[in-house]
Amino acid sequence: MTWLNDVVQGLLLGGLYALFATGLSLMFGVMRLVNLAHGDLSIVAAFIALAIVDAVPVNPLWTVLVVVPLMFGVGYLLQRGLLNFTLRGADPLPPVLVTFGLSIILQNLLLESFSADSQGLDAGRIEDASIRLSDRLAIGWFPLLTLLVAIGVLVGLQLVISRTRLGRAFRATSDDPQAARLMGIDNRHLFAVATGIALATVAVAGLFLGIRTTFTPSVGPTRLIFAFEAVIIGGLGSLWGTLLGGLVLGVAQTLGAQLSPGWGVLAGHLVFLAVLAFRPAGLLGKPVPAQ
Amino acid sequence: MLLEVERVASFYGGFQALFEVSVQVAEGETVAIIGANGAGKSTLLKTVVGLMARTTGTVVFDGRPLGGVPTHRRLGMGIVMVPEGRRIFPSLTVEENLQVGAHQARAGPWNVGRVLELLPALADKRRRPGTRLSGGEQQMLAIGRALMGNPRLLLLDEVSLGLAPIVVRRIYEAMPEIISSGATVVLVEQDVGQALRAADRVYCLLEGRVALQGRSAGLTRQQLSDAYFGMRA
Repeated sequence: MTWLNDVVQGLLLGGLYALFATGLSLMFGVMRLVNLAHGDLSIVAAFIALAIVDAVPVNPLWTVLVVVPLMFGVGYLLQRGLLNFTLRGADPLPPVLVTFGLSIILQNLLLESFSADSQGLDAGRIEDASIRLSDRLAIGWFPLLTLLVAIGVLVGLQLVISRTRLGRAFRATSDDPQAARLMGIDNRHLFAVATGIALATVAVAGLFLGIRTTFTPSVGPTRLIFAFEAVIIGGLGSLWGTLLGGLVLGVAQTLGAQLSPGWGVLAGHLVFLAVLAFRPAGLLGKPVPAQ
Repeated sequence: MLLEVERVASFYGGFQALFEVSVQVAEGETVAIIGANGAGKSTLLKTVVGLMARTTGTVVFDGRPLGGVPTHRRLGMGIVMVPEGRRIFPSLTVEENLQVGAHQARAGPWNVGRVLELLPALADKRRRPGTRLSGGEQQMLAIGRALMGNPRLLLLDEVSLGLAPIVVRRIYEAMPEIISSGATVVLVEQDVGQALRAADRVYCLLEGRVALQGRSAGLTRQQLSDAYFGMRA
């Protein structure tokens, strides 16, 4: 039964990873932009929630109403005012360098404003309430909520991409940006909307992380690595793959930790390496055509 | 004049592809641009839609200078191009490819239903991925997608390239209806015979310059081949 419990807890943890990975997957899918500040932006969102909770005594879950639209706006402006300029040539290096710099700047700004102390968001009773299924198996309400929100976000995004005018424009631009411009699609605006949506999802992820565990200004890069691994395991360019990748990573980490407490993160990395070695396109990704 | 290209030069990096090219197109006219490979035909169309990064001279559309107007805005003004090589979006179905063509479109006569009526070969394949069509059907889709933008000026780049003559003929059969819907057409064509049949007037480019222009009916074979190959009498 402990194995079953580990798998279930892993799936629930995987929901959080999937939530982190969604925005990364979207940005890469639409504009081939790898955002190395992705994890730090989620921590920024968690600190914004913290500041709100400090000022107004509300349950941090409510801050989603402020933090998500705010981060959408931040994402739009960040793309429009900075990242679009890194995408002008075919060179993949400028966006990587700029977002790496951004990552360092954000960490230091947070350190200046909030100090290096560990912080947490207290969501009250939901945090330790659980559904008991048997003596050895219980599902926490909060991890369950996280997983359900992750699935909701991914399903919603998938619907937007497959059914709406905006989604068609995303896919067309991803296929052929120049031909998309000929169809009247303004790349700069479209990319900014994509980054806005990505940061809105990462804001939710940061908020859930802050409630689930403690955070400091420097934990962003770890979040980025897990998000990356989820995207690669699932397969680039596939949102269902991203969900699956998050779940696989979560299960690998909890099972690894069951074998030995220090092996959790390592087991996740090993699964990631195995996927890269044996199925480089990811579990649900399209095979990469030979160039 | 609907389109006035005045003494335009265009560059790919350090390479100059057009030299002092001037072209006028009146509303309702069909004009063909012919010339050998590398003469600058496609570059001229790309200059009109704003895809060339470096150009000098002026392009005026319906009395409005286009300098500084980005490509995606030109579509809203009614300038729509069918790019060389069709450039169908592989992630989109046939129908979605058509819908993307209407992303920022002006109001006008064209919609998915009317385009499929004009190009019935696409009608029963509307749910297929756009690239799972034959070359001719992909070309029809590219034209249909452009029509969804309700063009006032439709630029067709190498429509017949790589297609069987019978398929080319079927594509050109759609032209009268496109023209009667109010579109002024500028077509780049490798097949000189086809160009002369389809167009009212012809410009022949040679090494980035206009070597000959005139009414299709009034040009002799000798004039055309001299301009095409760069012979001097």
